[in-house]
Amino acid sequence: MFAFVIRRALQAIGVLLAVGIISFAMFRFAGDPVNQIVSLDTPAAEREQVRRSLGLDDPVPVQFARYLSRAVQGEFGVSYQFRQPVSDLLAERMPATLELAFCATLFAIGFGVLMGVYSGLKRDSFLAKVFQTISLIGISLPTFLIGILLIYLFSVILGWLPSFGRGDTVRLGWWSTGLLTTSGLKALIMPSITLGLFQMTLIMRIVRAEMLEVLRTDYIKFARARGLSTRAIHFGHALKNTLVPVITIVGLQFGSVIAFAIITETVFQWPGMGLLFVQAVQNVDIPIMAAYLMLVALIFVLINLAVDILYTIVDPRLRTSIRQPA
Amino acid sequence: MADAIQAAPAPHSTPTTWAGRFFDSDVWASFKRSKLTMVAAFLTALFMASAILAGLLSPQDPFDPAQLELMNSRLPPIWDAEGQMPFVLGTDEQGRDIFSAILYGLRISLAVGILGVALSATLGITLGLVAGYLGGTVDAIIMRIADVQLTFPAILIALLVDGVVKAVLGGQLDEVTTLSVLVFSIGLSFWVQYARTVRGSVMVEKNKDYIAAARLIGLPTPVIMFRHVLPNVLGPVLVIATINLALAVITEATLSFLGTGMPETMPSLGTLIRIGNNYLFSGEWWIVAFPGIALAVLVLAINLLGDWLRDALNPKLR
Repeated sequence: MFAFVIRRALQAIGVLLAVGIISFAMFRFAGDPVNQIVSLDTPAAEREQVRRSLGLDDPVPVQFARYLSRAVQGEFGVSYQFRQPVSDLLAERMPATLELAFCATLFAIGFGVLMGVYSGLKRDSFLAKVFQTISLIGISLPTFLIGILLIYLFSVILGWLPSFGRGDTVRLGWWSTGLLTTSGLKALIMPSITLGLFQMTLIMRIVRAEMLEVLRTDYIKFARARGLSTRAIHFGHALKNTLVPVITIVGLQFGSVIAFAIITETVFQWPGMGLLFVQAVQNVDIPIMAAYLMLVALIFVLINLAVDILYTIVDPRLRTSIRQPA
Repeated sequence: MADAIQAAPAPHSTPTTWAGRFFDSDVWASFKRSKLTMVAAFLTALFMASAILAGLLSPQDPFDPAQLELMNSRLPPIWDAEGQMPFVLGTDEQGRDIFSAILYGLRISLAVGILGVALSATLGITLGLVAGYLGGTVDAIIMRIADVQLTFPAILIALLVDGVVKAVLGGQLDEVTTLSVLVFSIGLSFWVQYARTVRGSVMVEKNKDYIAAARLIGLPTPVIMFRHVLPNVLGPVLVIATINLALAVITEATLSFLGTGMPETMPSLGTLIRIGNNYLFSGEWWIVAFPGIALAVLVLAINLLGDWLRDALNPKLR
């Protein structure tokens, strides 16, 4: 198992290096960094001096090494739009995105498992068909349309929920949270649903399929024969075994949730990293794009690694199969 | 494959013409069985036809400023008391007919989607074919790139490519360049699935006798790859391409909605939704609703068609 973890970690570092190269190439070759610093009528000699002071005349591998070592220390240069260090901008926006992603995942797990269990147990009932329809909509409707629909229903027609922003936030050290105020919580509802809907349908489908499968197995028949209550069988025995794939999906999808937050944040003008990234793409702000790419890659890789390791701990069968040479 | 079918004792005579064979096939039979699929196919065909015939069907050219009258701005749909002919679905701020704008937008959305799918399929099939047939280092490099790319959602790749290409080209881009950038970014974000599928089939196919025979008579490798292997691995690609068309349309709409896609002077459905979104609070719901419905129905129809095709072409499910 140790060898497995090491191999996974090496792969993760490989991915990060590859992303680092792409990110560096963007930073260095897409748009001249010098042009972003000097004005249009700066003489060539002065440009050359700026170029040298930035280290842009060094060999490319040297520049790459320097870029990486700075990135490891959390330094990604200065944003072209805001004239502020990219790391500060990202750090300021990160709590908003993480809170949104967290709430969306909670929503997806809660409703996905409930709906999945229900439609697995009573698959011909009317409500189960309603859930199936919802899942078809969740998969085929583009995220931003769902967001607009929710805004129209709950903000324009009913006027219950705010259509944009985070509401009031409370600062805990450097972390600004919207979870402690009523307006912050209200502002979280619609973006979380929009972002979590796809994951919810995914979880619901998996739980439903797993429930159908598990309920046919011998140990469930045995549990029935022992005279256990239906509730104990369904929730104590069946549900527990459907949850392993759910954990995997939730873990692996968390990175996607953060990436898809780009769309949700734009619809709801949520001041997170995704909105920052979209603005960077619109205004060709390469340092922010490069840094965002590196950050998302890091989050993805860490999550994948954690899921792999957790898996070997949770599922003993996997451990033995790893120990045996393939 | 076709020979094998003809050699088998058929319950009735097998038609020999291309069309005859098609109407005799299992695929056609399963199509006739599923009402939902027929509706989806009808809708998809309807959308394609209206996109092609947009110029004939629409009462005005919504992007010709000479045809717009400010008097006609913000008219509600025709069934509302204030609605006016010929603006069936109402008009927007500048007096543009929503119905015409949707038809023209549909044309852009479908064009970007189809071209994007074509590009990603070409790229993916070629790389998958090369990786699977040649193997070794080439295979390792191509598939490692695919692995890294698969770590990220396609929409993120598309956004990045879009941003980087714009940075390289610099300045304000005209409509056709923007459209090409969109096609390019969609093509680059969806090739992995084709490459993986094709590579898998090629690895099975290349060990068969007919390939050994082709090698034996001394055919050059590219000829074997493209003339002999390729036709035999294209089946699953069709399914992926159909499902990816829906994804490509969504991706284009999303990019345009985020403001990094088609400009307002040549809007796709996504751009129309972005424009309409600004009028949601002032009560003009139709500006966003109808392009949104058009997009949703289009995507749903293509998705249903793709699902059906996957089941129909997969003999295991029969």
